[in-house]
Amino acid sequence: MLTSSIELQDSEVGKLLERVATVYGYDFREYAEASIRRRITQWLAESEFASFAEAKAQVLCDPAVFERLLRGITVNVTEMFRDPLVFQAIREQVVPHLKTYPFVKIWHAGCASGEEAYSMAIMLAEEGLAGRFRIYATDINQGVLRKAQEGIFPLKEMKLFTQNYHKSGGKSSFSDYYTARYDHAMLMPSLKDHIVFASHNLAADNDFGEMQMVFCRNVLIYFKQPLKDRALGLFDSCLAPGGFLCLGTKEALDGREIAPHYAEIAPRSRIYRKRYA
Amino acid sequence: MPEAKLRRYKAIVLGVSTGGVGTLKALLGALPGDFPLPLLVVQHISPDSGDQMAVFLDEFCAIHVKEADEQERPVGGTVYLAPANYHLMVEPDGRLGLSMDPPVNYSRPSVDVLFETAAQAFGERLIGVILTGAGYDGSLGLKRIKDKGGVAVVQDPGDAAADSMPKHAMMAVTPDHVVTLSTLPQLFINLSEK
Repeated sequence: MLTSSIELQDSEVGKLLERVATVYGYDFREYAEASIRRRITQWLAESEFASFAEAKAQVLCDPAVFERLLRGITVNVTEMFRDPLVFQAIREQVVPHLKTYPFVKIWHAGCASGEEAYSMAIMLAEEGLAGRFRIYATDINQGVLRKAQEGIFPLKEMKLFTQNYHKSGGKSSFSDYYTARYDHAMLMPSLKDHIVFASHNLAADNDFGEMQMVFCRNVLIYFKQPLKDRALGLFDSCLAPGGFLCLGTKEALDGREIAPHYAEIAPRSRIYRKRYA
Repeated sequence: MPEAKLRRYKAIVLGVSTGGVGTLKALLGALPGDFPLPLLVVQHISPDSGDQMAVFLDEFCAIHVKEADEQERPVGGTVYLAPANYHLMVEPDGRLGLSMDPPVNYSRPSVDVLFETAAQAFGERLIGVILTGAGYDGSLGLKRIKDKGGVAVVQDPGDAAADSMPKHAMMAVTPDHVVTLSTLPQLFINLSEK
């Protein structure tokens, strides 16, 4: 089916999401509708189902089909050192504070296939924090987490990752961090020693322990306001005073419930520091 | 007098690529500051170009020009540019949305994504406009707008810096208006008064 030939009605999507929430406990009704409708449409176009009605019936009775839908509507694409200037700002303006702690815990919420979590591990090791930090990299999508855990990426992406790494202020040669084999690149396995990959649903689960930094970029844009506030509330409750919250370029805290507790470290950086009082 | 009459149209969506900066400058610069409809614009730009274009156009134009923010409710007299590297969408309740979904037609932002979601939200109360550009992004979106009863406007390919996007749009739909850049501001004003 061609994407252009499918036009799902809001009510159809609404009914599917309602039934999915009841049957599987994943509630996507608090996701921004335009995005999720496009993703479901895309998934349907690439599926073997002849109609939305047939797809809906199969999703609701077959967990394996639901798993595929879940992957289709939650998968995010990312890069290592994506938005290099953000990584540079973290390196220059956040890491000096992190270094003052004996041990640093970072929650990377919505880590997708792990590129940015590995980037953070590389940067913190270069800044002398090796052995003194742990990154809790979470995502709602288990399939993508398995990929993240592998740490193997297509070799053709290494050119872009290398450029990003250098733009972000990388201090070494990026090729030191991976081994190329055939058309894939495997990241240095020791990087994984610092990262715990785990399943976590920002719509349903709680936070887990005190963090010095929360990194969550381009996840909240997919949420409606109440879910956005729920996620930000989780971040706020686990961030230690003086800790850092790093959001996406178009995700400002302005007007959000937790905004009064935070100050942006530089205008429009979307890196916020939690106030002490 | 506050909005005494109900206007026929709720918004204008525009797609523009190659040659876009000069075209947008001429078009938006000719609109009055109190132009009553919001304008949502996808201009193809490189992922790392920042918001200079919004700043530049805002200084130059009487109408207010800004980068779109997520969950923002568009208002008249304002132009909302899709931010670099994000798709701009319209939510069913008329608010703006952004996404980092993969490029469509090799483009992020993509004109088709804006047009299809805007057509879903605004139906027949929408005006879609394809301006100069290489490629074919926006053709399917313009067709969707037309199918929903909205108005399709295409820049005369002979008048466009790059004629590919207007030509593809005209193959996908029979436009309600094919106009040159110099007559477009007046057309917008006429349509906005309906």
